[in-house]
Amino acid sequence: MKQRVIFSGKLLPYALLAPQLLVTAVFFFYPAAQALYQSAFVADPFGLKSLFVGLENFRFLFSDPYYLESFRTTLVFSALVTFFSMGFALWLAVLADRLIHGDSAYRSLLIWPYAIAPAVAGVVWMFMFRPGVGVVSWYFEQAGYRWNYVLNAGEAMALVVAASAWKQVSYNFLFFLAGLQAIPKSLIEAAAIDGARFWRRFFTIVFPLLSPTTFFLLVVNVIYAFFDTFGVIHTITSGGPQQATTTLVYKVYADGFVGQDIGSSAAQSVVLLLLVGVLTIVQFRYIEKKVHY
Amino acid sequence: MPRAASQHTAGPGQWLTHTGLILGALVTCFPLYVVFVASTVNLSDIARPPMPLLPGDQLMVNYGAALTAGINAPVWRMLLNSTVMALGITVGKLSISILSAFAIVYFRFPLRNFCFWAIFVTLMLPVEVRIIPTFEVAAGFGLLNSYAGLIFPLIASATATFFFRQFFLTVPNELVEAARVDGASPMRFFIDILLPMSRTNIVALFVILFIYGWNQYLWPLLITTEPDMNTIVMGIKQMFPTGDDTPDWPVIMATTVLAMLPPVCVVVFMQRLFVRGLIDSEK
Repeated sequence: MKQRVIFSGKLLPYALLAPQLLVTAVFFFYPAAQALYQSAFVADPFGLKSLFVGLENFRFLFSDPYYLESFRTTLVFSALVTFFSMGFALWLAVLADRLIHGDSAYRSLLIWPYAIAPAVAGVVWMFMFRPGVGVVSWYFEQAGYRWNYVLNAGEAMALVVAASAWKQVSYNFLFFLAGLQAIPKSLIEAAAIDGARFWRRFFTIVFPLLSPTTFFLLVVNVIYAFFDTFGVIHTITSGGPQQATTTLVYKVYADGFVGQDIGSSAAQSVVLLLLVGVLTIVQFRYIEKKVHY
Repeated sequence: MPRAASQHTAGPGQWLTHTGLILGALVTCFPLYVVFVASTVNLSDIARPPMPLLPGDQLMVNYGAALTAGINAPVWRMLLNSTVMALGITVGKLSISILSAFAIVYFRFPLRNFCFWAIFVTLMLPVEVRIIPTFEVAAGFGLLNSYAGLIFPLIASATATFFFRQFFLTVPNELVEAARVDGASPMRFFIDILLPMSRTNIVALFVILFIYGWNQYLWPLLITTEPDMNTIVMGIKQMFPTGDDTPDWPVIMATTVLAMLPPVCVVVFMQRLFVRGLIDSEK
């Protein structure tokens, strides 16, 4: 980094930082510390006093089949959402990049789901697939398939994956398109002159050059599937049927707010904090690399 | 600039490309269309499937019923709450971030690195991860069912700070030098030079943050218990009856359309700035 000109000031920088540090301390560091603290206690059944139990909450958590199941659910859910939203987005971006005219018209049609809240996307998909009401479920029924995501675990998972992936496609599309357009055309033309056909060019030149974008999106999509899809799940399935769509974040909410099991919920928060920490480090290493290109 | 024909297959290739994109656009837009149609018909049209696929004539009735009466609270009230929350979060994040980025880039002081990291750590820790302790803090301050409670816990985030930091690092040194030679104080430089230069970036980030604020779900769900303080995005779910009663689909779907409209308009009409803000803020 080049040498920057610096202002002098003893108190001014602290005054400038104060608002952000204050908000961060009160609503971020203090609650995070609190989660750590609460995770070492259990409340008695009447909620009158709490008992120090050390790591007991964590031991209990990792021997709880429901919690382990929700880990598995989260992994399956994230993998599916990431795969479908990125795959569909890459396909659309490759097509849009091939266009000579009119890619901005398609872009307008494709990007607006980004603006829709996960919870609203959930309501929209739930309405289309609601047994007895939904337009899609009606056609399923006409085709002889009795669709009912309220009772069928696999169908519930498919529906929350579809709604979550649909909402994320536009984001991935924009980044893939920007990545594709940044690839020097001369490289591709050189390969074309050498006689490489479209798919060969794609796999030997375009896709490798796109890998920074792909890797970045991979991390972003996993984080999205882990944390931002609460609204989709809450509106469509409420974690059901029988916890089939209860992800880790949903379980923190369900155990802490609905079940009032503060100790366990705090321990789950700590596990999530560690998970996010790891993802952040992965992401940050990537950012570092990109800055120092 | 003429593009090489070898790269862009002319003729049938282009048509295939268009077909693929149109299919993609249809899949993307179909859910929105269904919801819009549902907001313009009678409840009986929906309750007896199949639902019509062309808009009906009940648009005014349904939207009127939603806006003025709603189900738990009138939707105009929820729209107002969402607007206050989204603007509060946006303006709050922008102001605290631009100030702290200014301090981090243009000053050297003890604990500078510590402050940078303290802010940066929050970059990826969504409210979802620490909901219960944060809820207890907010409740302790008496922030339940208040705009302050909807806004303040969500303005602690490093995304905007990092974005401004990256931009400030690209501002030429000569400008700062010139300001210092002219004897301008740091704040004068900030107000007269840095702020005007950041205008486009501020607007681009405004778009992103407005959508982020508008679309919050879990936090409003916890912090507002009175229907009058519900935001529209979380209020939709509250409009469904708990038992086996038939939901008032047309009114709920009208509310859904109203919940999507502001952020979608922002994205579509400010597309250039939005794309720029999105891609730059991730760098």
